[in-house]
Amino acid sequence: MDDDIVSTDRLTKRYGDRAAADRVSLTVRRGEVYGFLGPNGAGKTTTLRMLLGLVEPSGGSALVHGLPPGSPGALRRTGSLIEGPGFYPYLSGLENLRVVARYRGLGRREAEEALERVDLAERGKDRFRTYSLGMKQRLGVAAALMGRPDLLVLDEPTNGLDPAGMASMRRLIQDLSGDGQTVLLSSHLLAEVQQCCHRVGVIVDGRMSFEGTVADLRGARVLQVGAEPAERAAPIVKGAARAEVEQARDEDGRTVLTTEASGVDVPAMVRELVADGVDVHSVAVRERSLEDVFLTMTEAQR
Amino acid sequence: MNAWIDSTRAELRRLMLWPATWVLGGIWITLLFAFVFAFPYIAYRSGDQDAFQGGPTSELLASMLPQAAPASLIQGTPMFGGAVAMIFAALVVGNAYGWGTWKTVLTQGPGRLAATGGTLAAIGACVLGLVLFSTVFVLGMSSLVAAVESQDLVWPDWGETAASMGGTALVLGMWASGGAFLGALTRGPALSVGLGLLWTLVVENLLRGVAQLIDGLPAVVDRLPGSSAGSLAGALSSASGDAEGTPGVLDALSGPVAAGMLGGYVVVFLVLAFALVERRDVA
Repeated sequence: MDDDIVSTDRLTKRYGDRAAADRVSLTVRRGEVYGFLGPNGAGKTTTLRMLLGLVEPSGGSALVHGLPPGSPGALRRTGSLIEGPGFYPYLSGLENLRVVARYRGLGRREAEEALERVDLAERGKDRFRTYSLGMKQRLGVAAALMGRPDLLVLDEPTNGLDPAGMASMRRLIQDLSGDGQTVLLSSHLLAEVQQCCHRVGVIVDGRMSFEGTVADLRGARVLQVGAEPAERAAPIVKGAARAEVEQARDEDGRTVLTTEASGVDVPAMVRELVADGVDVHSVAVRERSLEDVFLTMTEAQR
Repeated sequence: MNAWIDSTRAELRRLMLWPATWVLGGIWITLLFAFVFAFPYIAYRSGDQDAFQGGPTSELLASMLPQAAPASLIQGTPMFGGAVAMIFAALVVGNAYGWGTWKTVLTQGPGRLAATGGTLAAIGACVLGLVLFSTVFVLGMSSLVAAVESQDLVWPDWGETAASMGGTALVLGMWASGGAFLGALTRGPALSVGLGLLWTLVVENLLRGVAQLIDGLPAVVDRLPGSSAGSLAGALSSASGDAEGTPGVLDALSGPVAAGMLGGYVVVFLVLAFALVERRDVA
């Protein structure tokens, strides 16, 4: 049995001259939560649409459950929420799910269970058009859950949710993963991906620029030294780290020097700084935030 | 095959729960009531020959009795009924794009053919339901008129009634297919309804006006959807009553030719609707 539940090979979609997705190759392994990360307009949704057969690729190939994307066999085993939920505004949330259940060939119970799963049971009888953005989003997730598909494709599932909603969505995703379902989740929110994804793929301007674990993406840890004056502190820090030093200012306007943390003898460096008469305000070893990595990556591409 | 049945059932469920389905059906029944029974009856009661479409009062009464039911049923279809059916189908298909429900439906895995087929079959079922209800309504109302006016209750020729029901279904079905095609073409409810109404109410009438200017154009105009529908209504209603003067009812084509044209349009519109949904990206 193939362990890759989704795999694409140079999947491309062109609209005129512009490539919305340009030779995107990614793999999602069975049982993992895969974060598909990128800024707005990077090609995340276009790629996911191709995986669901909504959009015909201009080039490249893809397999979902080992089948061509969009084939009934692949879709029956995939639940999805793509770019906002599409429901009948005049039907209640429950009726909408019942209609979807009929399309999927499922029984009536499925709709009620799915509603409970996303905490919408109380409002299930209200019309969809009266729902808040967050409730609509949750109903979309409920529709994706029906029938317990092996693969869930969720495009920005926390869009429009308040902090409590986001937290419960993350819990839901972790539960799904715990139950053995595979989740392919797109997001432009790094914190979300950082907290619940096993692996991530980063797409910028239609191209994949990274695929691997969150730890790989972040790379090495960094050393941050708040020390002044900068012109005396920088050479010492640079000498200790044997790497480039970046200078920035913190919120109090003091210089902060950032460099790679690996192999630095921190106490020795601090002694040296103090001996040289440098004022040391702070010393910290940090993991690079995903946001930093991400911004570096997106700017490098532009 | 299961996917087709599941899709049809799902679509029927949501259409039956859609207020617009009942509003449009109600409009058609109201028009039928007003123009086939209410206004002629008022004219008949007033005894004024020119009150409603002219004619002697005895003819006016005859047009409301059960024997005229086949004509009563079909004569309103080319104009009002067709427009109602077209609006309905255009809204069903166009709104599915506007609401984003095509996306939801297609990602459930029925396959595009089955999903489209289910939608079209559900629209067809609604049209057939409307034809059946209209038939019962017309027979019921005309029996009521007969009772109120102390006329003998003479049922219409059942063969003619069946032909009229078939013709009504064909005319409404043709316009509904046209609406479904426009909905799929424009991927939205507003433009499809607008274009459809423009065609049914304006364009064909204008073409009819200028057709004489160009050799061969009249023959083409006679075979356009509206003319074919009007001709079928004309052919089927002439047997049981006089529908002359009813807007949209024509005698441009013979009954069989008109029916053949309508059948052809149904096939063409359905094939185009299938092809459009099947081939285009759902964005």
